[in-house]
Amino acid sequence: MKRASRLIRNLSLGLKHVRLNALRSFLTMLGMVFGVGSVVAMLAVGEGASRKALEEIRMLGSSNIIVESLKPAADTAASQRSRFVNQYGLEYQDVLRITEAFSSVRQVVPVKIVRNVGRMGSRELELRLMGTTPQWFELFHRPLLAGRLLTERDLEQGSNVAVLTEFVARALLSMEEPLGGNIRIAGNAFKVVGILRSEGEGGLTPDKPNDVYVPLSVARGRFGDLSVRRSAGGREREMVELHQIIVQVASTEEVPSAALGIEAMLRRFHPKEDYRVRVPLALLRQAQETKRTFNVVLGSIAGVSLLVGGIGIMNIMLASVTERTREIGIRRAIGATQSQIVGQFLIETLVLSTTGGCIGILVGLLIPQLISSFADMPVLVTPWSLVLSLGISMAVGIVFGLYPAIKAARLDPIQALRYE
Amino acid sequence: MSAHRKEPTIRLEYLSKAYRSGEGKILALDKLSLTIEEGDFCAVMGPSGSGKSTLLNLIGCLDRPTSGRYLLKGGEVARLSDDDLSQVRLRNIGFIFQGFNLIPQLSVQENIELPLYYLETEPRAAAARAKDLAQMVGLSERLAHRPSQLSGGEQQRVAIARALAAEPDILLADEPTGNLDTGTGERIMELLLEQNRRGKTIIMVTHETDIAAYAQYRLQMRDGKIERWEGR
Repeated sequence: MKRASRLIRNLSLGLKHVRLNALRSFLTMLGMVFGVGSVVAMLAVGEGASRKALEEIRMLGSSNIIVESLKPAADTAASQRSRFVNQYGLEYQDVLRITEAFSSVRQVVPVKIVRNVGRMGSRELELRLMGTTPQWFELFHRPLLAGRLLTERDLEQGSNVAVLTEFVARALLSMEEPLGGNIRIAGNAFKVVGILRSEGEGGLTPDKPNDVYVPLSVARGRFGDLSVRRSAGGREREMVELHQIIVQVASTEEVPSAALGIEAMLRRFHPKEDYRVRVPLALLRQAQETKRTFNVVLGSIAGVSLLVGGIGIMNIMLASVTERTREIGIRRAIGATQSQIVGQFLIETLVLSTTGGCIGILVGLLIPQLISSFADMPVLVTPWSLVLSLGISMAVGIVFGLYPAIKAARLDPIQALRYE
Repeated sequence: MSAHRKEPTIRLEYLSKAYRSGEGKILALDKLSLTIEEGDFCAVMGPSGSGKSTLLNLIGCLDRPTSGRYLLKGGEVARLSDDDLSQVRLRNIGFIFQGFNLIPQLSVQENIELPLYYLETEPRAAAARAKDLAQMVGLSERLAHRPSQLSGGEQQRVAIARALAAEPDILLADEPTGNLDTGTGERIMELLLEQNRRGKTIIMVTHETDIAAYAQYRLQMRDGKIERWEGR
């Protein structure tokens, strides 16, 4: 109780001195303000980056391996010839190969992508047709808004059914009767059986807003493997069997070894290197690496600012001790012990550094806003980063306040009383 | 002599204090012996450099003697630690200085409360005590003022109130009227006399004979020794 009230009185005395020299105190605090500000900003940017990475990994699945078809870079001259068909990418055969070769693999989901225009009545929309199996929806949980998902029966019977994303449904369907209508795509009619909510926004998600899911067998049967793309130089013919194979492994620990195994096996069957293996887990590592680099850069800025800020505070406190030599003498003559003098000056330094720290936190909350609006980087200010920043500013106050405080306490009372 | 012997308030035995200065030593106090009884009012006089201030600092526990003994109410204080000396100053001694020595950033009330703050007196009790003391020295209306807003005489009255706050038995005054005009100085001396009548032991350094005349007795110092006693 006594201690608490004494602390409060010491604090109010400290605040009094800070206010008494408002301009000087403010200038002294600037170093702390920028130091703590960059600490808060650094933590917000780092946290934002890793949160974004985690979010992406959650969408891609941490136990998934995504194999994609990749157009080989070479042979542009050949592709210019009108009759040329560029054949590359994953094959139906690869699905079997992966399923049979790896015991750690739980599910293998093939995806065939066809881009085409969907029509319904007078409305039309550029679509991305995803020919896949029902397991796709097990790997990527998307909330079903209406109707049903694709089934094994759809696949076996080759039913002309389609599951739409909410976006496509809003664009093409009439509000009154969303299900049961037919979408026409390149002369084929697909019956709408379900609508789900897509999460596809960013670049890394497996789904896009304009997706339409159809059974793989139907996509293959109706559209075939040959696609023609009109480009500036003429027509480009491509022969691609599968665009993606998504492999789910039994546990996260087995992801790296399975990814290596799949890559090694595919290399034997695909000498052209017309595929790419993506591991969401590796993206996490990459994100952590980026975060670390960022932390080192901003961390050193913060460290230097805090050091400079601390030295500034120490400098001003030394000046204050000299100015108030007589006061120290009076207090000692009245009966203050050396440790009480140390306490008094230490608390003044703490008030100075912590006030600077608090202003710094406000600055630090603004910087991430600027960063995210200019650089499109995700930022996230967590409560513990604010606690940490406050702790740092208090630590700076103690470290750099101790020497002036001890110097004040060690003054000879008689000399101090005579000081003019 | 009373039947049971009572320890004197202050007893100095062969007290010496030497300062290093340049190549040689300066002996500020030279084997000085002195007893001051409870309730005494003693004036210390002498030319500058005679050791008056050194004597007052030693009695006030601001300094430690080079050799000799200092018994304060029977207890040896010459060899106490710095913290213990602070405690002795806080509880037993009140200082009154020539230059008043109030803390300029603090109000009159806060200045008077300062010893109570170090005594860890409960804030409300401390405030009440400060008000009583201010009333006693006739400054009740000035509690919220800053020292710089007061006249010299008023400042010295605040300093006396501060010296009395922790209820010490001994008041040490170093030229308490040195910065004041005669009339104001007399009023300050009346205040000190009143405290002496209430039982405080007062030791006052001065070089003004009419101020020294307020004391019960005077001791003349020269070259770190007591030259003669007057009035005892």
